[in-house]
Amino acid sequence: MKNIWIICRKELKSYFASPIAYGLMAFFAAISGYFFYVAVAIFVRRGMESQMMGRGMPMDMGEWIVRPLLMNISVIGLFLIPMITMRLFAEEKRTGTIELLATSPVRDIDIILGKWLAAMLLYLAILGTSALNFSFLFMYGKPDWRPLLVGYLGLILQGGCLLAIGTFLSTTTRNQIIAGTATFAVCLLLWVLDWVSSYETAAWAQVLSYLSVVTHFETFAKGVLEIKDIVFYLSMIFFGLFLTARSMESLRWRA
Amino acid sequence: MIKVEGMTKRYGRNVAVDNISFGVQKGQIVGFLGPNGAGKTTTMRVLTCFLPPTAGTAEVAGYDVLAAPMEVKRRIGYLPETPPLYPEMEVVEYLVFVGRLKGIGKGDLARRVDEVIERTAIGDVRTKLLGRLSKGYRQRVGLAQAIIHNPDVLILDEPTAGLDPKQIIETRQLIRKLAGDHTIILSTHILPEVEQTCEQVVIISKGKLVATDSVQNLTNRLRGSEAVAVTVDTPGGEPATDQIRQKLEQVPGVSRVVFKEARDTRQSFEVESLQGRTVRADLARAVVESGWNLVELHAVAFSLEDIFLQLTSTDATEGGKQ
Repeated sequence: MKNIWIICRKELKSYFASPIAYGLMAFFAAISGYFFYVAVAIFVRRGMESQMMGRGMPMDMGEWIVRPLLMNISVIGLFLIPMITMRLFAEEKRTGTIELLATSPVRDIDIILGKWLAAMLLYLAILGTSALNFSFLFMYGKPDWRPLLVGYLGLILQGGCLLAIGTFLSTTTRNQIIAGTATFAVCLLLWVLDWVSSYETAAWAQVLSYLSVVTHFETFAKGVLEIKDIVFYLSMIFFGLFLTARSMESLRWRA
Repeated sequence: MIKVEGMTKRYGRNVAVDNISFGVQKGQIVGFLGPNGAGKTTTMRVLTCFLPPTAGTAEVAGYDVLAAPMEVKRRIGYLPETPPLYPEMEVVEYLVFVGRLKGIGKGDLARRVDEVIERTAIGDVRTKLLGRLSKGYRQRVGLAQAIIHNPDVLILDEPTAGLDPKQIIETRQLIRKLAGDHTIILSTHILPEVEQTCEQVVIISKGKLVATDSVQNLTNRLRGSEAVAVTVDTPGGEPATDQIRQKLEQVPGVSRVVFKEARDTRQSFEVESLQGRTVRADLARAVVESGWNLVELHAVAFSLEDIFLQLTSTDATEGGKQ
């Protein structure tokens, strides 16, 4: 436990010692701010239109702002995650510092969990910048906070699972660019897998759709907490970290 | 302290280290000698638990590298060929990180860091970024990192590679100073380094163990005998080289006389004696009694270089014959 924290702290430091962390946070804050602005603008326009037409029906902020925004953030996450994970192991392999870690009295799993945790904390920090947008909703209105919380839980789980996959891919090469590109390709694949279900209803299409990380996020975005989605994400996290551990072990036998 | 028995390491079909056995006593400095690609780094990586051996066993301080890697890792300080430094860290920050990683308690950490900084003389770069350090300082920080947890065994992979002559001398002195408290294995392909720093040599070539002995024994064993450089001055330019050689060969105990060079009226020879015979006095008498001038006479120590070349090349030719 102590070793995990030692590794994690070192990783966080190197994230924040370079412009990566700040760059990603700024980039994400700008994009999510833009989406928020668009969603609010549409909401306001629709609201005025419906009033002019004499329909006094109150509009739901959750449906018009929170849900689309959460879906957008989840997709932006697919682009951010490769940039967070690509350096984790690839850089250590390139500079040879992996030898220091591997010959120190710490278990492989401590190293892996420490690195994944650091990536997770950076991801949370990045995600945190989007919370600013939602705070405006609370200042000027009364949105329901529970679906929002569920939505963020979903984002965290989805992020954790993609970060675990990215961590694994980072152990397979000493080239950061390759690690990042491969992670991006896998993220993209896991996203578009569910598109087949829109025209195909056969069993294989359902399986593919089930594997898509975005499918599982949709229920979270609606503010619905479903056990099967949580289980899906948790098992994907476990699977990713398990592959990382195997990959590190095979490193020793091959390298 | 270290015991390696029948250790073999294969990468796929490549045999990097082939059935090596050797032992190291506590407190010794052992030089690991061999040409590039001989298997030095691989052997060290097995000893540090970075790589598992394909066959055979390796023990450090009584713990097997496969069965109890954690115990071995706790007792080993390792400086790989390129020091494992994080360029974005400051020197002190890095040493604190490594100290924590090696399991040094909170109370001792600051003291240990100060101690190794002093020992490796890196005090003037304490707050510099590792990425900005010169090669010499990087190497020393690497060494500081290896000794921070006061390990029983120090494993240094080419600790002087790429340093300038002054830094090389400083690093060697530092290593010798460390020898008292630690058992040290250092690898190198520079022969004088072994002669100057090590007590014991392990020579490997193409993954095979060629010789293991103390530096002194190895020098003695290989030639077994004394070699003497003789320079004779014959004023009239007479007699000819062959005559002098014959005269020298007649001295009892001499096994071989090799003509080296002639400069003006001086002629130099190298004389080898039979095992266990000292021939210097007889040589001097023989020269003087013949009416020549004895200009120079001194014993030649065989350099490890000769031995090394002899060992690795004879090994190759013998292998070919078999």
